[in-house]
Amino acid sequence: MPTGRNLVLSSSPHLSTGANLRKIMGGVLFALLPAIIASVYFFGWRALLIIVVSALCCMAAEAIWCAMSGKVVWRTVGDLSAALTGVLLALCLPVSTPLYILPIGAILAIWLGKQVYGGLGNNPFNPALVARVGLLIALPAALTLWTPSRGMENGAYPERSIFFSEIDAVTCATPLGVAGITPKIVGKSVEAQRNFEHLSSREMLKKYFIGDRAGSLGETSVLALIIGYIILVALNLINWRVPLFFIGTVAVFTGIIHFFFPGVTPGPLFHVLNGGLFLGAVFMATDMVTSPITGTGCVIFAVGCGIVTSVIRIFGNYPEGVSFAILFMNALVPLIDRCCGHRPFGYVRRRKKAETDK
Amino acid sequence: MNKSSRNVMTFSGGIHPAGDGKDLSCRHAVRGAPILERYFVLLAENAGKPPVPVVKKGDKVKKYQLIARADGFVSANLHAPTSGEVGGIVEVPGPMGVPAAAIEIIADGEDRGDPPFDPIENWETVDPEILRQRVIDAGLVGMGGASFPCHVKLSPPADKKIDELILNGAECEPYLTADHRLMFEHPRKVARGAAIFGRILGVRRPVIGVEINKGDAIEALERFEDHFGVTVVPLKVRYPQGSEKQLINAITRRTVRSGGLPMDAGCVVQNVGTAAALSDAVMKGIPLVERIVTVTGDVVVSPGNWKLKIGTPAIEAVKLAGGVTEEPGKLIFGGPMMGFAQKSFQVPIAKNTSGILLLPTKLSVNYESSGCIRCGRCVQGCPMHLMPCLLSTAIEADRFDLAYQNHVMDCMECGSCAYVCPDHRPLVQNIRRAKAELRKQLANNGK
Repeated sequence: MPTGRNLVLSSSPHLSTGANLRKIMGGVLFALLPAIIASVYFFGWRALLIIVVSALCCMAAEAIWCAMSGKVVWRTVGDLSAALTGVLLALCLPVSTPLYILPIGAILAIWLGKQVYGGLGNNPFNPALVARVGLLIALPAALTLWTPSRGMENGAYPERSIFFSEIDAVTCATPLGVAGITPKIVGKSVEAQRNFEHLSSREMLKKYFIGDRAGSLGETSVLALIIGYIILVALNLINWRVPLFFIGTVAVFTGIIHFFFPGVTPGPLFHVLNGGLFLGAVFMATDMVTSPITGTGCVIFAVGCGIVTSVIRIFGNYPEGVSFAILFMNALVPLIDRCCGHRPFGYVRRRKKAETDK
Repeated sequence: MNKSSRNVMTFSGGIHPAGDGKDLSCRHAVRGAPILERYFVLLAENAGKPPVPVVKKGDKVKKYQLIARADGFVSANLHAPTSGEVGGIVEVPGPMGVPAAAIEIIADGEDRGDPPFDPIENWETVDPEILRQRVIDAGLVGMGGASFPCHVKLSPPADKKIDELILNGAECEPYLTADHRLMFEHPRKVARGAAIFGRILGVRRPVIGVEINKGDAIEALERFEDHFGVTVVPLKVRYPQGSEKQLINAITRRTVRSGGLPMDAGCVVQNVGTAAALSDAVMKGIPLVERIVTVTGDVVVSPGNWKLKIGTPAIEAVKLAGGVTEEPGKLIFGGPMMGFAQKSFQVPIAKNTSGILLLPTKLSVNYESSGCIRCGRCVQGCPMHLMPCLLSTAIEADRFDLAYQNHVMDCMECGSCAYVCPDHRPLVQNIRRAKAELRKQLANNGK
């Protein structure tokens, strides 16, 4: 018979779901697997090396900060959030990134992007994007050095050894880069339009979808990212609305511009399948910490991301704007949260109330 | 209405506890319990004013005899659960964690006593006032949770028109199956109780809301729908469906305004156990002295449901269930979501004790939080559509004013937020603290 000597007094509830931070972060990492595999397939084993080193650097940066600030190291590193940041950062770098850049990125991401605000949950900006944009601004040469992927034409894909930078020898442009530079060179002419038509031809679009194009490690394969999206939604790890509205807004916005000014920018399908849009929409904009809490808020956030991305791509100096767009909208999240609070149960809609007050 | 095509109703928000532990006890028929040596009938068991004892030490009592009389309107009678001698007014470990006064009954083992009231066979035609008086005489209280004296809800002010009577058979708390077994084994009593409540309130067709994980109970009740003029409404399995406001919303789509009572929306909600007790009080003339209690938990040897006399110490109930496999880490009166943790096995059961739940130490939640990651699961889960994560953050910074602005007082403390939080933040616990603090402040301002 029980004696009651072990009885613990606590206030309800006395149960909880088995969920914890490690499972959430682990789930997102799992959803990234298709993209990681695709990056290795299209860019060689060096891609995996960059991903692993970046993850380790971020975990090390986290451990160092936590040790210095007297936090429990195993708990903060063990929740895998730093590892996830590291993998995400690696996936938005080109395969030619020199390894010495990774620790710098890790410090930018973990220290500047997260810990200075008080650690996980308090950071206003997505840490991986803070690092990526920081690196892009500080070291533009290394970060925009694109090399061909496996299947690109005329055998440009070099036999690569993992550690050597001989891959620097062959470079090429990303489709978005080409699209961005074209109007600046040939003007908004018929020639530009022809160029755009080539860029968004059926075979090219197919390549973009599979992932056979120059670009950052994880962003090229739209197919792999869609699988990741399905995993995330199935595991209830993201708000499903964010990627749909983000990508949808880009399609609509670029579609309108392309319809009226076909010499300014390629069509919506080209824009949707290129650049870091899918990676950003599925894995960056959906970051729980830096996106709004309510469903309505998430829709506003995603539409905002889509508009800013399109504006930068079409009118800005950078060919790609996903990172900037998400960071910009991250800054607006507190405001969005404030505007999109729920009406608690038991309160009548304001409109109705006004009617009854009359 | 075609029974098979009925809509399954529910409310918005809430959670679905996975692995709800009902399987442990839901298949065993309700068993009786042997007469114990002593019972401790808690005095302050109902919400409101405790009743005044009308017996003293050494008095002989018969089963069903009145031992404490209601003191005022919001109070309920107590009756002797068995025949024997009054051992006095003693102090026992109470269910709220502090010692409580109880009337000790030393049983003579004969369990004798005549029903103190006349059966009202013709309840369908009798004056509702007589039925209402029977509710008061029989000491009925809400047996679902708060133990609120039943007749208070049956006496709405003249300006409140009641047109819906809902019987709460949702039993949304994990682990508990007492109401389930009651509805399955005694559907006639439950349906009749609903009809009697309907008579008292002048509601033509009472409804009984039952979650669809109790399919056998729904079927059993449906057989009496036409006979007693009641309607069974199947509900989706969702916690906290058994909360009054959520149940009303699920079934009638009406919304009880913030700070309002169900009667403001023209509704009265009663528990199915209370209805069955009312049926006994009317048809047999006996007061409420026993109830079905689920004795369950992962460490209980053979969980099940027992018909226990009010005043049975928890330890005796555990003995009926064969004891425990390991020393439990938690003893809970009620369900795991809103039940009260106890520190002693000597706490006696009361009229509202629906379950005695023993959880192993390893299941006890460790509220060690490293920070909100704003996943929004608590927001999705909140049946009151609040934002528990933001409230909790405000409260942690002692910003009770912010919490107040964001409607912290509307929280009903169902615990859905703390249940789903992946970071194990003590969300509802923080909110309780804020509500207590704010009540104190509001009281001070009122002076």
